[in-house]
Amino acid sequence: MSVDPYLPLAYRVIAVRQETADVATLDLLPVGAAIPEPAPGQFAMLYVFGVGDVPISVSGAPVEGAPLMHTLRGVGPASRAITRLRPGQELGVRGPYGTVWPVAEAEGHDVLFVAGGLGLAPLRPAVRQVLANRERYGRVSLLYGTRSPQDILYREELAGWRRMLDVQIEVTVDRADASWRGAVGVVPDLIPRACFDPASTIAMVCGPEVMMRFTVLALQAAGLPFERIFVSLERSMKCGIGLCGHCQFGREFVCKQGAVMRYDRIAAIFTVREI
Amino acid sequence: METLESTVLAQPFFAGLDPGIAALIADCARNHSFELGAYLFREGDEAREFFMLREGDVALEIQAPGRPTLVLSTTQAGDIVGASWLVPPYRWNSDARARSRVRALGFDAACLRAKCDEDPRTGYAMMKRFAPLLVHRLHAAHLQLLDVYGRTAPA
Repeated sequence: MSVDPYLPLAYRVIAVRQETADVATLDLLPVGAAIPEPAPGQFAMLYVFGVGDVPISVSGAPVEGAPLMHTLRGVGPASRAITRLRPGQELGVRGPYGTVWPVAEAEGHDVLFVAGGLGLAPLRPAVRQVLANRERYGRVSLLYGTRSPQDILYREELAGWRRMLDVQIEVTVDRADASWRGAVGVVPDLIPRACFDPASTIAMVCGPEVMMRFTVLALQAAGLPFERIFVSLERSMKCGIGLCGHCQFGREFVCKQGAVMRYDRIAAIFTVREI
Repeated sequence: METLESTVLAQPFFAGLDPGIAALIADCARNHSFELGAYLFREGDEAREFFMLREGDVALEIQAPGRPTLVLSTTQAGDIVGASWLVPPYRWNSDARARSRVRALGFDAACLRAKCDEDPRTGYAMMKRFAPLLVHRLHAAHLQLLDVYGRTAPA
């Protein structure tokens, strides 16, 4: 971590990939000193000089020396400015922050990834890590729901995962015309089709909160206990280190005790509107 | 030997069904197969049957002038296709098209409604299975309508 937790380190954009019409992935390399290697599930604060900063999950593989990779949609001033950066331009990075997906804890178990929309990006490092050590896990499934066929992220990588014979990949979209050959429907409806033993499965869920609420209900119906369901929360974050209170979620700070949280620890407040 | 009754009882949708009721329901069932692209039913037609898919995929579709055919949802083996047979005026409100070769059990709606009217136990057993299905599909439709993957407010 930076010596001063508020001081970003300079990173240079080395590649930009337009994933969909409004979602881009940036590869970043440090100009000088680098932040520590992020673990799957962690995020960094990306700072566009003169505009502001925004928390974005790491979406690349946790490989030493590999570029820092972030996938994001431009929705606010800072995120829009980031998606407009081009190779050679610089931005500030501080972090990594937050908790991690239970990739190590899942060894020996079936693993079920459930991603919704842009939620595939924070899950991708965990998927990559599990698949890179495939022999350590039981059955592995990735269920991915998104808005339309045009909004599917990481198409080539998904196709590669599909070609692996020991991974179940199911993709569904909310809306499509008849030219789409895949499933149409919501991602929780894929859960009964996934191959896993509820008595020995760890589920990692990431997506819009409403999608996660429906997904948790479907996982519960499938027999998965709350303590083996992990969700990644999104809240307005500013400091990233549990000081400012912007991301307070009950007794926790999402930036520090999250963003990845074990569901049984937040179940009582997950649907409380005021929180 | 596989009979319609044993086939009905083997479907998860009918899990736990009293064998006597399964026999009544099986009296209203017949086997179907549909080739790729064939329609199980068309919007506006009388809902004479509902289907339980044994093999293959079906898309529920709707036509809108000047737009490509829209897919409302897709169903797979084990799923039920069609609920309009339950509710007057018993007309389909979408098309159902086979997206692969499909094998299905078809249940005659008039036959089944008559048996449900004659025997409330049968009617209750069917409602206990269809009500959760309808609620589930309503929730799924709500989630689709929410467009949760769309652009969110800036942070």
